[in-house]
Amino acid sequence: MKVRAQIGMVLNLDKCIGCHTCSITCKNVWTNREGVEYAWFNNVESKPGVGYPKDWENQERWNGGWIRKKNGKIQPKGGSKWRFLANIFANPDLPEIDDFYEPYTFEYDWLQKAPELQAQPSAKPRSLVTGEVLKKIEWSGNWEDDLGGEFRKRSQDYNFSGIEKEIYGQFEKTFLMYLPRLCEHCLNPSCVASCPSGAIYKREEDGIVLIDQDKCRGWRMCVSGCPYKKIYYNWSSGKSEKCIFCYPRIEAGMPTVCSETCVGRIRYLGVMLYDADRIEEAASVENEKDLYEAQRKIFLDPSDPEVQAQAYRDGVPRAWLDAAQESPVYKMVMDWEVAFPLHPEYRTLPMVWYIPPLSPIQSAAEAGKIAVNHGMPDVQSLRIPLRYLANLLTAGDEAPVAKALERMLAMRAYMRSKTVDGVTNEAIATAVGLDSDAIEEMYRYMALAAYEDRYVIPTNHREWDENAYNLRGNAGFAFTEPHNGKSKHKDIFGGPKRMPPKPYTDVS
Amino acid sequence: MADVINYLLFGWYPYVALTVLILGSIIRFDKGQYSWRSQSSQFLRRKQLMVGSNLFHLGVLILLFGHFVGLLTPIGVFDYFGISHGFKQLMALVVGGIAGVLAFIGCSMLLHRRLFDPRIRRSSSTGDILILLLLWLQIVLGLATTLWTIDHMDGSAMVLFMGWAQGVLTFDPKAADLIIDAQLVYKLHIVLGLTLFLVTPFSRLVHIWSAPIGYLLRPGYQVVRSRRLGREARPNVPGHAAPDAGPIARPEPPK
Ligand code: SF4
Ligand code: SF4
Repeated sequence: MKVRAQIGMVLNLDKCIGCHTCSITCKNVWTNREGVEYAWFNNVESKPGVGYPKDWENQERWNGGWIRKKNGKIQPKGGSKWRFLANIFANPDLPEIDDFYEPYTFEYDWLQKAPELQAQPSAKPRSLVTGEVLKKIEWSGNWEDDLGGEFRKRSQDYNFSGIEKEIYGQFEKTFLMYLPRLCEHCLNPSCVASCPSGAIYKREEDGIVLIDQDKCRGWRMCVSGCPYKKIYYNWSSGKSEKCIFCYPRIEAGMPTVCSETCVGRIRYLGVMLYDADRIEEAASVENEKDLYEAQRKIFLDPSDPEVQAQAYRDGVPRAWLDAAQESPVYKMVMDWEVAFPLHPEYRTLPMVWYIPPLSPIQSAAEAGKIAVNHGMPDVQSLRIPLRYLANLLTAGDEAPVAKALERMLAMRAYMRSKTVDGVTNEAIATAVGLDSDAIEEMYRYMALAAYEDRYVIPTNHREWDENAYNLRGNAGFAFTEPHNGKSKHKDIFGGPKRMPPKPYTDVS
Repeated sequence: MADVINYLLFGWYPYVALTVLILGSIIRFDKGQYSWRSQSSQFLRRKQLMVGSNLFHLGVLILLFGHFVGLLTPIGVFDYFGISHGFKQLMALVVGGIAGVLAFIGCSMLLHRRLFDPRIRRSSSTGDILILLLLWLQIVLGLATTLWTIDHMDGSAMVLFMGWAQGVLTFDPKAADLIIDAQLVYKLHIVLGLTLFLVTPFSRLVHIWSAPIGYLLRPGYQVVRSRRLGREARPNVPGHAAPDAGPIARPEPPK
């Protein structure tokens, strides 16, 4: 057992209102620069739809994520290392900027400068790449907003597989949910695996996946390698960029920008301990439907003294162990089993999990034709097909998703009975395999969702490993830094570098 | 006068170009790796690049390798194996010719797209365009030399070029004299080739140094980085109390 800690995220889709505040605040902070105007480290998609970039879930087309070979080993779906190198001059799996969209601005200037005209002046869109007028804006981070566009196109959505989708094109039957997406900071990231330069890495101390901007050479293999299409090629700098999980904030114990600003209070951040020795084993299980369970199995119980002792030996700080016991993410993923990974079948073991949304009950139930249990309708009668959610969250296994939805319905029924009728109905809790304490805790975390409960983030302990004295007034990077305080090396012009010590060393 | 120019271009310029290439690359790598990348434009426009870039890189790699082996292998080695100069030249002509044509087609496609596709044109720096023009010209000059070579298949001119290249690398001050009578097109090809060396540290061409062969040697697939230099437990570090010290106090959430 090798204990590592990661700050995981859960998004409660039941409460997402699709306001895009997360996307906008993230953009204003991190991607407000030339070359990444088109990039949304966080974007909110309307589902069903093909998303951003178009058709991102179709791995037959992009070859992202991993596949399990006949011998039981996993390999990036893009191929062996040789194949990545052979494709380095032109990557056949790389999306084009048009699969995202050509970034643009409007001619706002013209609105002020236009002379007197016959008609109102209008602000035409202009491409931020070429500067030319765009005839038509074709796509964006959420082009299918609130079911915009034709059903025929939106229904290309990969999650309809195994579903008779035609009826969901009818107005009365249609359904909608929002899916905010950011980098999953996977335990088994395929972006890292496909980077020939070794520029992408996972941080040992908090699991954040980052791209070393000095080491990236622009080979672009990560862009196709990430199955979530969450690596963005900066066409101006020639380097790849991605969500950085707002690591400067996380290190200081603050929530990410997208979480902090979420008006629906749907996001949760907390420590997850996992067994780093069993990552490969979990990612290689034969049946895709077992991946969700396999990933849960490598999460470690922070209240288990054996885990604590090993975590201590592996250098996980005490504050992190304490925070792990209070982790909202752990409660949702492990205790209540209401949160799920997005597309576990990609085998990257993602660490941003989702609570599936409840949806209105179909008219049949309202007409009293559907079995109602303790005032709770059968989850099969919810408007969003169970199979659709299962395709999104559990590689098609409906049972765990049904259980989560039942628990959420039970929470509502229990609290309704308690607050409206003044009756504590323990039977509702036991019917879904919980007790009233658990239900009330769920209510506290998922319904009330106080700031302190949503974000339990211990600060990072950089001071253990770096001599802050050497870091004063420094910025930049070079390959001959002084080594953590002892200036052994000189730069090629003979002087000692006034640069910080190289902050990371590779570990196996 | 012709002597002096010949000496400057083929006796002196090679050292300038190689020095700038090597020192310039090292300094740039040391000072500013953020600018060290291939600057691929595939993401902006796939068209013409898929075929163009593959043909170009394949052709150029064969050509580079062929030039190194052909020019720098001591002539004695070929004699020892009984490879006649004429035959060696024929080989160079055939392999180089094919690779040259591949590179020419590829480079022309890339150049066309860089100049006439608005997305690529607008996102190119002057250096990007210039370097592609120089490469294209160099390939054309290289192909042009084959026309003269076909007329002189005995390999004697080739041996002179080998002598010059090896002379330069062994600091023979008379190296330049060997090729004073060579055809103009060969001389242009050499001067432009040296110029490409000279400008490499200032252009995107530095990505050649970073061919990621190390990827094949990486054990497994994952890369994890740690700030910790040692991974031992740290009982003496503040904040790292042993796990049995009781839970931390957290404020009660508002009711
Ligand atoms: S989701 Fe993030 S960590 Fe996972 S493969 Fe994609 S970029 Fe890498
Ligand atoms: S964690 Fe930070 S960088 Fe990542 S999507 Fe959220 S706001 Fe953007």
